[in-house]
This record gives sequence, C-alpha cells and structure tokens, in this order.
Amino acid sequence: MLLEICNATKIYGPRGGEGEVIALQDFNLQIRKSPASITAIAGESGSGKTTLANAILGFTRLTSGEVIYDGQDISRATRAQIKDYRRNVQAVFQDPFGVYNPFYRVQHVFNQVIRNFGLNRNRAEWQQMIEEALNAVGLRGQDVLRKYPHQLSGGQRQRIMMARAYMIEPRLIVADEPVSMVDASLRASILDVMLRLKEENGISFLYITHDLSTAYQVGDQIHVLYQGSVAERGPTFSVIDQPRHPYVQLLVDSVPVPDPDVKWEGEVVLPAEEEMRSSAISGCRFYPRCPQRLDQCLQQQPPLYQVDDADHQAACYLLST
Amino acid sequence: MLSDQNQKPIVLEVEGLRVYYETPAGDVLAVNGIDFQLYQGETLGLVGESGCGKSTAAMGVLQLVVPPGRIVSGQVLLDGQNLLDLSARELRKLRWAKLSLIPQGAMNSLNPTMKINRQIQDVIDAHLGATSKQEIRDRILELLQMVGLPERVYHMYPHQLSGGMKQRVCIAMAIALSPQVIIADESTSALDVVVQRVVAQTLLRVKEALGVSMIMIGHDMGLMAQMVDRIAVMYAGKIVEIAFVKEIFDHPAHPYSQLLIESVPSLKEHKPLKVTEGITHDPRHPPPGCIFQLRCPLVMDQCRQQEPVAQEVRPGQWVACHVYQSSEAGQ
Amino acid sequence: MSEIDASLSPSLEPVPSTPKMGRLNRWDTPWLNWKFLSGMSIIGLIVLIGVFGRLFWNMDLVYVASSPLNLPPVGFENRRGQQGTWEHPLGTENRGCDMLALMVIGAPNSLYVGAVAASLGISIGVILGFMAGFIGNWVDDLIRLISDTTMTIPSLLVLIIIQALIPQVSLTLMAFLLALFAWPSPTRLIRAQVLSMRESGYVQMARLSGASVFRLMFGEIMPNLLPYLAASFIGSAAGSILAAVGLEGLGLGPQRVPTLGRTIYLALESSALLRNMWWWWGLPTLVLAIIFIGLLLINLGLDEIANPRLRRASG
Repeated sequence: MLLEICNATKIYGPRGGEGEVIALQDFNLQIRKSPASITAIAGESGSGKTTLANAILGFTRLTSGEVIYDGQDISRATRAQIKDYRRNVQAVFQDPFGVYNPFYRVQHVFNQVIRNFGLNRNRAEWQQMIEEALNAVGLRGQDVLRKYPHQLSGGQRQRIMMARAYMIEPRLIVADEPVSMVDASLRASILDVMLRLKEENGISFLYITHDLSTAYQVGDQIHVLYQGSVAERGPTFSVIDQPRHPYVQLLVDSVPVPDPDVKWEGEVVLPAEEEMRSSAISGCRFYPRCPQRLDQCLQQQPPLYQVDDADHQAACYLLST
Repeated sequence: MLSDQNQKPIVLEVEGLRVYYETPAGDVLAVNGIDFQLYQGETLGLVGESGCGKSTAAMGVLQLVVPPGRIVSGQVLLDGQNLLDLSARELRKLRWAKLSLIPQGAMNSLNPTMKINRQIQDVIDAHLGATSKQEIRDRILELLQMVGLPERVYHMYPHQLSGGMKQRVCIAMAIALSPQVIIADESTSALDVVVQRVVAQTLLRVKEALGVSMIMIGHDMGLMAQMVDRIAVMYAGKIVEIAFVKEIFDHPAHPYSQLLIESVPSLKEHKPLKVTEGITHDPRHPPPGCIFQLRCPLVMDQCRQQEPVAQEVRPGQWVACHVYQSSEAGQ
Repeated sequence: MSEIDASLSPSLEPVPSTPKMGRLNRWDTPWLNWKFLSGMSIIGLIVLIGVFGRLFWNMDLVYVASSPLNLPPVGFENRRGQQGTWEHPLGTENRGCDMLALMVIGAPNSLYVGAVAASLGISIGVILGFMAGFIGNWVDDLIRLISDTTMTIPSLLVLIIIQALIPQVSLTLMAFLLALFAWPSPTRLIRAQVLSMRESGYVQMARLSGASVFRLMFGEIMPNLLPYLAASFIGSAAGSILAAVGLEGLGLGPQRVPTLGRTIYLALESSALLRNMWWWWGLPTLVLAIIFIGLLLINLGLDEIANPRLRRASG
C-alpha cells in the first residue's frame, strides 16, 4: 500500500462550541503501490478537499486519524523519513502563478529540488535532467528556463510544475485543482501530461478538483466529498454514470451539458447560507438540501452502503433497504 | 427561427470596434475590429479564451475603457444612438438605466462596509433622484425576491453572504433600473457547480421576466449551450464566427469553434483528450492574414496573406475563414 | 490579390510568444526612474564631496581661528561692512572656522550617522522580524511587546539623558544610540511581510522541495523583501539624521567633530540671528534640506519601482 489514510478527521475552532467547523470527518483512502492509478477527490468549496491535501502534504496536523505512507505514520516520522517522504510525494497546486517566487527565473524551481534532494551526480547531469523533464511535458528548456514567471502563460507554468514533479520521480503526486485556473481549451494538455506520467512512468496521482468532467476524464477511482464526509465513492464511471447519493445526483445533473437541446431540468433552490453548514446537525450533512430526506437521516450520519459489486459505495440511508 | 429573429429590432449594434492598449513596446490590439448585433430579447454569448479581448470589448461598449487602453475606432449604437458621441454626463445617465454591466469578479467588488440595501440603493438613487424612501425600500425587496434571495439579506453585509448570494446581489443591482441591455462578464466563473446552476438559472429567469437583451461573456461552452440563443466566438481580438447556438454545436464552421467544442469534456461519453496550444502570436504584432493561422489545423497559404472576410455559410451563421471563401469563390 | 513573399510563412510549430526582449529591457527597466536617480545623484554627490572634498579645499580651515571672523559669503556684506572674499566663499563664523570646510565635512558626517544608525536598525529588524514572523508563538509576542513599547518611549528624552551621562560621545557612538530607537519600525515591517509571505505558494513549494528553514528565510522570502528593506532603510536614515540634528542642536552630540547640527547650535548660541549672520545657520539648514529632499526622492522612486501600479501607465 503506497498511501493509506485512516479515519482522518480535522476540526477547527473550539470543540463543541460556536464556530466549530468539522472540515474533514473519518476519511479513509487507500492507494496501491501498483499499478499506478489516478484517484480523484471531488467536492465543492467547503467539502474538505483542501484540508485533505494539506494533511497529506504535511502542512496541517490532523485532529485524529493517520496518514500512513509506505507503512510509516507521517506525523511520527523522523526528519530523515520526512525528507524521504517529500522525495516521494510531490504536489502541483492550483495557482500557476503563486507557486513561483517572482524574484527568480523559472529555472529556480528546478535548481531547488536538484540541490536539496541531491538528484544529480555532476554538473552536466543537472541541465540534462531539467531538459528531459521539460521535454516530457512538451516544452523546451531554451524557451522557458531563462524567463520570469510572469512572462509565461498559465498553461506553460503549470506544465513546468508538472515537469518539476516528474523530475523528482515521486511515487505520488497530489494535484490540487491543477487545471481550474487554466483556460478550458488548454486543460487537456495538462491532463494529458498526467495520464502519460501515470502510464509511462508509473506515477500515481491524487487529483483534487471541483470539476466532475475532468475527474471523469482522468480518474480511475473517485471519492465525492460533501462538507467533510464522503458521499459516494468507487470507480469513476460507475459513480458518475449512475450516482446513488442525492448530492452526487444533483452534482452530476448540474454540470452544464454542451448540447443546446439538453437543458437543466427544473430549478434548484438553495437554502440560505447559515442553514447549510452546521455541525449541530448530527446526521447526514446533506439533510437540509436533500429532496429525498427521511427522519432517520437527521439522527445519525449514514454509513457507506455497497451499491454494486465493483467497490461502489454511497453514504445514504436510501440504500439500506 | 431566422426570420423570427430578423424581425425583431436591433437594440445594440457594434461596428468595427477597436480597443488598443498602449505599452512601451507598441500597442496591444486587444479588440481589433469586431461587428455584431444584439436583437431584442435575445441572449448573445461572447466566448473565447482568456486574453482574447472579450472583457475589453464589454468595456468598450460601455465606454469604460481607461488609459492605457483607448478606443481607436468604431461605433456602438444603442437604439440607434452612437455611444461614442455622447458626453460623460450623458453616458452616466445611460449606464445602469439603459445598459448595465455585471463585471467580472463582481461579487468581490461589493463594498464590504456597506449593507446590501445601501449598495442597491446607491444604484437607484443616482438615477431616480427624488423617490420616497418607502418606494425605494419596496423596490429593493422586490429585486431581492426576483433573484431568489431571502428578505433578510436586505440588512446583511457582503461578508455574511456566500459567493452565489453575492453574485445574485450583483444581478439585482444590474436590473434595478430595468435596463434594456445587460452585459454579464463571467458571472459564474468562480462558483461551485450547483451554485453556478442556481445563478445561471436566476439570470435566465430574470431575463425572461423583464424582457431584457443580454450579452453573456464566458469561456465555458457547456454553460453557453444552456444559456444563450446565439454565440459569437472571439479569438485574439476578432470575432471569427457568429451563429445560432444549435448551429454552432451541430456544425461548428470555424476551426477555432471546432476546437473549443471538442475540448469541452462531457460526462456522457469518454472522449480522448484534445491537446492544443494557447495563443501564440505576440498581441502587439498579429501576423498578416488570418489571426488564427499559427494554430489552425487547416491553414493554407492564403491564410497567411489575406484576412478572411465574414461570410454567411448557413442562414444566420457567419464565419471568417478562407476554407469557406475558397469553396464559395470556387478557387 | 497581390503576390506576397511566400517566405513569410512561419513554421507551424507553436512558439511561445516572446515580447521583443532587448528593446523592452534596456529602456523600460524600472530603475530608470527620475525620482530615484535624482535622489541618488544628490546623495551620491554628498558622498563624493566627503571622499574627495579634501582634494579641492583646504581642510585646515575647519579649525578654530584658522580664518578671519564673521565674514559673509562672497558678494555680501556683514554688519560691520566687511565684504565676502573668494578665499572663504561661504563665509566664516565667529570662531574663525571656514563655512565651506564645515559643510564639506559636516554633510557627509550627517549621512554617516544616518547610514550607521539605519544599518544597525535594519539588521536588528531583520533578525527580530524574521524570528517573530517565522517562529510565531511566544517569541512573536515577546518581540512585539518590546518593539511596541520602544516605539512609545519618547526617544529624544532618553537620548538626551543618555548623552548627558556620557561626556564625550563620538559620531559612531551617537549613531549606535540612535539605532536603539530606529529598530522597531523595520522589525514590525519585516514581521508583517514575513507573515504574509510565509503562506504564499512559493514558500510552500520550497518546503515541498526540501528547503531548510534557513533557505526558506533567506533564499525565498528575503529577496522579495529587498524593496521594503531599502525603503525602510532610507526612512530610518532620514529619521536618524533628524534625531541627530535635534541632539546636536541642543548642544549634545560629538563636540570635537564638525557636524551640521552643531554648527546650527553654535550659531544659535552666539545669537547669529540677532547679528544677522544668516549664513551661519542658513547654510547648514540648506544642506540638511537638500539631504532630506534627496532621501525623499529616493524613497518615492523606490516606491514606484517596487510597485508597478504606481508607475506611469505605460506597460
């Protein structure tokens, strides 16, 4: 098992009091060492996906639960183990501009990792590694390395980040909304890089997004989060083609179809903001908005029920019959 | 459908609009000669990648271009009157009242220190002047209801509202004076999928109820398919195709339109990824001939020499592309 | 349809767009800011005068009783009817010191005080500001407490007391004392910037790249702080020079070294105003004004350089 997340929970704010926010609750995930896979974590803002990414990358400590990499709990890792962890788990972030230090030329991002991880054996290898990594994402060193970040397009910057991640040869890349700030027509080039890195280099991805369509294109497995809990999970085709959780059904339904003949059916009414998020709800998070809610839903959070054989599960009492 | 459209009056007509930005190394030709008409009651979508000039075009129409940008030439006719001829004072009276804008990132431009009712009131005050407080209050509540917001939003501050609610407040401000034309610039970009749907549906409902004509600017073709009647596709400062939305999705004529449509991921089928590059020419020095030549899969020699002229290849579908010209002219 | 050279056809391979690099860089570089350059010229001139002045003017004339007393500058007449001479073009004062020599030595001395005090203040500010911003917790609270308290202490009062206790104070020692009050401002500034930059994308990226804390602070954050540091330095220098003049004007400060402030002090003490010896207090004041204008221009220029939005809207 490459990465295992057990009952990860993160709570902000005073426990039990006003302002307590349960960002993530009892989250479980398993990513195998091989074959390489792309696991999609889908959710809207407030779903906890960013918290999850931060926990995995070691930027936040969980309130309870563990993140276990290769058998080692990272919250209890030694400095050397953390360095090893960093070497094997890399990230690509959402904002293709903010990740670059505006003071340095683009080459700086590569120099950092080569130096800190001691990736090269000699001077010549240094440049060579960078060039090879850039070629793997469809760019050339001479076109981009000497430039400053603001002189490149968003798509190029994001691909350079991919190249950097590739160069380190990690086992897992956490991609946190890598294409949401990139133009629609350019997203494919970045997703294509992800797919190729998976197929050709055996790198697994944790693809975090709010966009179901891109998750559908690249994800093998998908977990849909709603306000910190998993609503539904399983093979991507299965979950998105036949969603069983009312939230996921609403989500899939609301993605605009690029066909003028297929319009949204019916109007959706959102309850006002304050009602939507409250930890006071001990039951299912989706209760206030659910068109099919039962009394039972308010009492206790529904566990994951099996939908069919292929690992597809949804957390909804409607499935308990 | 076409003749129906033709009989409706044109409320907004843009001809040859050019907006350039001055930089030390030459002018950036942000909007380089666009023409389109907006008919009464329709929604026209203006779609293109970031940097193609669509927001600048909106600014140009509203005469809100500030230095280093400037309007170089063109006409913007609102109900027959050329906006470029009007004085600043006359333009101020027009804005919000006849022609309003929901700018990009509108929800972030709400004044954080003013309650919602004050902000909407500001818009109304500036134009109607002497109306009784009660009337204004009623009007604001009416607007809130039209956009589907609960009454208590009246007394709230922007930070207490979610993104979707703030966006709907901006819509309320835009319709406050019952304008003829609304320009919505990326109204749903930063929103979650479900909220996006709610805001989009609110816009549509509002448009139906008030009978306004709307220009929707965006880059999401899927959303366009849901919202608009006609689409104008923009690339690097020029409109390369205008057509009814059904035509463009069924038979996209311009290679760029084809590219845009192909790159929309669909949840219905598992399509292979269509990989492409971004705008590659220097916006200060567009290549001679067709603006799309560097990325076009169908490029010919003629494209590098001569700029294509817009032609009607199907009723209501205009394309600026030599592929159609040559077949038409039989060359 | 005219025939156009077919060799115009560019390659079909998409090329990332490159603005005309050469021309853009040479003449549009933000450093060619007239405010910054003129400020630098003024200060630079004074530094040059300090270094090379002795080659052009006899520095012995700065000593007491080296020149005739109370002469006005060239072209003017004093109360006694004496004319200024070219031997002492800026006049002399009542101890027989030549004004030009005093200016040549005094002006760079003022800059020296400002520079030393500001350097020390910034150094302390960098160390403490980084610690407060990066480590946080009680370290941050402690540093903030000390710096905020120091800011509220009336500095002139304390400096007067300290100087009264130390009979002979050198220029450098005075600069050190001034630094005691110059450090809180940079500390707060740097702390604020570090706090905000700490959360930025590139710092997170550097952490992921295995960067040590040291590298994060000095490799990633510090370079982006340079504009703020420079502005803070100039501000501190100006403030220190002013404080120094304040002290000297009261008669405190170095007594053996000619400084602008001391000259003003002596002038006032000897009733130069009543005796209509305007050049005695006027010239140092003018020179000080020029120094401050120079520093101000540098600051305004740096502001524009660091913040592109303030530049004239071209590009």
